[in-house]
Amino acid sequence: MDWKSLLLMRYELGLLAIVLLLIIFEIFSSKKQKENLISFAIILFAIHTLIGFLPLDKGELFGGMFNTNALLHFFKGTLNVGVLILLLQSADWLKDTIVQQKKSTEFIMLLFSSLLGMYFMISSGDFLMFYIGLELATLPVAALVAYETSKRISAEAGVKFILSSALASGTAIFGISLLYATTGSIYFDVIADVLTISNLSVLGFIFFFMGLAFKISLVPFHFWTADVYQGAPISVASYLSVISKGAAVMILMIILFTVMKPLFPIWTKIIYIVAIATMFIGNLFALRQQNMKRFLAFSSVAQAGFILLGFLSYDQLGTATIVFFVAVYIFSNLGAFGVVQAISTASNKENIDDYEGLYRTNPKLSLLMMLALFSLAGIPPLAGFFGKFFLYAAAASKGYYVMVFIAVVNATISLYYYLIVVRAMFLRKNPNAIPYFKSRPYMRLGLIIAAVGILMAGLYSPLYNYIFSISSSF
Amino acid sequence: MDILSLFVIVPVLTVLVLVITKNLKQARLVSLVGMTVQFIMSINLIFAYLKERAISTDIMVFTRDVVWYETFNIHYNIGVDAISVVMIALTSTVVLAGIFISWKIADLPKEFFISLLVLSSGVFGFFISLDLFTMFLFFEIAVIPMYLLIGIWGSGPKENSAMKLTLMLMAASAVLSVGIFGVYFNSDADGGALTFNILEIAQVNIPLAAQNLFFPFLFIGFAVLGALFPFHTWSPSGHASAPTAVSMLHAGVLMKLGGYGVFRVAMYLLPLGALNWSNFFLVLATIGVIYGAFGAIMQKDLKYINAYASVSHLGLVLFALLMINKTAWNGAIIQSLSHGLLTALFFALIGMVYGRTHTREISKLGGLMKVLPFIGAVYVITGLAYLGLPGFSGFVAEMNIFVGAFQHPDMFRRILTVIVVSSIVVTAVYILRMLGKIMMGPINNDEFKNLTKATWYEKTGLILLMIPVVAIGVMPFWLSEMLKESIQPFLERLL
Repeated sequence: MDWKSLLLMRYELGLLAIVLLLIIFEIFSSKKQKENLISFAIILFAIHTLIGFLPLDKGELFGGMFNTNALLHFFKGTLNVGVLILLLQSADWLKDTIVQQKKSTEFIMLLFSSLLGMYFMISSGDFLMFYIGLELATLPVAALVAYETSKRISAEAGVKFILSSALASGTAIFGISLLYATTGSIYFDVIADVLTISNLSVLGFIFFFMGLAFKISLVPFHFWTADVYQGAPISVASYLSVISKGAAVMILMIILFTVMKPLFPIWTKIIYIVAIATMFIGNLFALRQQNMKRFLAFSSVAQAGFILLGFLSYDQLGTATIVFFVAVYIFSNLGAFGVVQAISTASNKENIDDYEGLYRTNPKLSLLMMLALFSLAGIPPLAGFFGKFFLYAAAASKGYYVMVFIAVVNATISLYYYLIVVRAMFLRKNPNAIPYFKSRPYMRLGLIIAAVGILMAGLYSPLYNYIFSISSSF
Repeated sequence: MDILSLFVIVPVLTVLVLVITKNLKQARLVSLVGMTVQFIMSINLIFAYLKERAISTDIMVFTRDVVWYETFNIHYNIGVDAISVVMIALTSTVVLAGIFISWKIADLPKEFFISLLVLSSGVFGFFISLDLFTMFLFFEIAVIPMYLLIGIWGSGPKENSAMKLTLMLMAASAVLSVGIFGVYFNSDADGGALTFNILEIAQVNIPLAAQNLFFPFLFIGFAVLGALFPFHTWSPSGHASAPTAVSMLHAGVLMKLGGYGVFRVAMYLLPLGALNWSNFFLVLATIGVIYGAFGAIMQKDLKYINAYASVSHLGLVLFALLMINKTAWNGAIIQSLSHGLLTALFFALIGMVYGRTHTREISKLGGLMKVLPFIGAVYVITGLAYLGLPGFSGFVAEMNIFVGAFQHPDMFRRILTVIVVSSIVVTAVYILRMLGKIMMGPINNDEFKNLTKATWYEKTGLILLMIPVVAIGVMPFWLSEMLKESIQPFLERLL
């Protein structure tokens, strides 16, 4: 192995370097300089994101433990964009509340460590690397969830998250051990060759799937979602619902489409049932929510159900549509969470009732919120429409018309609760509406990037075409 | 730039300019300019089409085909035939009239015109699309602004009506999307590539089982928008709550998307399915016609009367389409046009009456002809045209439909036709009763004596809609001649 091949880990090494730089900065900076640390971190990460889009070779390292290809590369870039938006959106909150508690560096470091774990997780070539990545991705988030230590609800959410994550990881590794028992290997390519349908391997798959289903918050493993989202700081909740979920979907897809390919008659059935349950439960629970964070939590549960439609077409089309949908979903959900964040930072209000009459006081924020929600609901010409349409197409291409029908029914149900928020913002008049406020530059930039993504990702077809062309790489 | 894409681009540009306007005066001026351009373009399109038709034998003219999503073979594919040309002309007329009628919109004027124009860009896009994907996309773009339009500027139980309307129409589009996938994934039945292109799919022999399975999805998906019984319930409450211009646009144009879609997509692409299902849907359409007519008799609110009348008259369009012959189809298209204009007139007039008297209840109105001569006269003319008086468009449309429907030799269809024809009588009852009560007779409220006369912008809007009503009524052959060639290729698929 020559040193040059380490460049394949450019993302990981770059992010590690940023984390180390931040530590050094934290140690040697004066109290006053720490104010600038957030800007420093954002600039470093922006550079990291930009570098990430340079082309990278395909290859593997450490005897196949770590591999990378164009699709993974693209996906990491997408996650980076998401995290960048998220950082921009939470910069003000960090400055206002966390800097005083002298914990802002740790916040960013934990966030980046978790992202590093996701890089490793989706690049893994064997179950060991996968598990390490999974844990590295999860544990820092548990600390982040409980970050607002002054709030009891945040600590409670942290405990809930760490307990359910531990359970999920345990289940996953039990499944992995069963798979190891049937195949004698933990390497993805070896397992893919020797795996056959047997009771043990199916059991192994089910346990493994349960573990990841926790992370994606699929029904019936979604119970932690709403409570944790509500208790966590908004930026952490949006990190969980967007980045964490996206990465987990990606690795689940890679493993199902490559390693578990021999088991596809089994897992398509499981995915089918779980998808229906997830869509219905997520949607029906979202209908009655009052708190915006809980509302978006259930909406993101339902969205996960839609993503599963792409799994039913276990081929290039399915891969491309899933990756595309995740990218679109990142923009849409970050748009929605960004507005919630902005309003919460300005006025400390998080309920749907508080949003009544918002359009008349804050038209731009309301408009972005409406675009984001319509994109989540799949209304053209916003990106979400294309994402959903392609997912349906992926499922229909394998003849799952009933599934598509159920999904479109659910899309209609979901439209109802998205319209409830739109109704509060646009239709209602409220003398006590949240007064006009001006978002600060970072927040504004974060919202604008999300808005551009929502508007353009679908209409600009080369994005999808590019994803499709690189999806053949596994 | 081709002349068809402009029909989408002009409204979008107008919306972009509207974003920077500051008050009602600027907003309405910008929309008026934009839509006048659109209107002139649509008139120009009719003549350009006639010129092009003389030298071209293609089904569609002015076509343009740009690849959009290669993977799915999605194209931005546009083109028009006579039917889309007249529909575009109808749309631009109603939108322009709608802007005149909304001259004094008070609350959030900029947003009102933006939503209205977004809606109309969806409608225009729908009529020029030859690709199922873009058609579906424009279909949804046309539906969703209704939520804001009714919810913000509406009256009465507007929030519920808006929600009901939006959800029902989006559910319909959901059903439609399943049908579209069914067609798309069967479009390679003859060994070709999968395609969304309507003209290409029409060359493919889609297997009978798939046709029977997916026809109802496509049909219901579109026909909900055309107020097919029993999926019409969104329509009365939605129309009653909507502001005037929106009712006009919605009943006048948006509901025509239903019939147009059934004709252009459902029946054209799945002809065998259409033949197998036609009896079933004929019964539903017949029920719709009769039910709508009797529903209108029972109403006390002017807008509800018109909304139920729309259910009845649009049921007639679906009924005629399902009869599958040239005369009936000719009638169906003319009925779409005629109903679009007349119902827009009705809603505009109701809006004017309501804006002055602040009531829409028939029992509280009376003798308005004496104080509002212009509005009253137009109201009477519209009513008479609506019930099918010769000399106006309604007569031509209904005549064609009934003659066409009766041409069928089989007894089942004859019986249905007889039932449907009887709806004319019911129509006459509710129209004449309404006219007699609110326009004639004594003025039953002293406040009505000082009502303001029709203003110039109201008159312009009304006259704009009235001209084509009379033109179609007096010179139907000109229109039929134009439609004839475009109906033929579609009819051949089904015979």
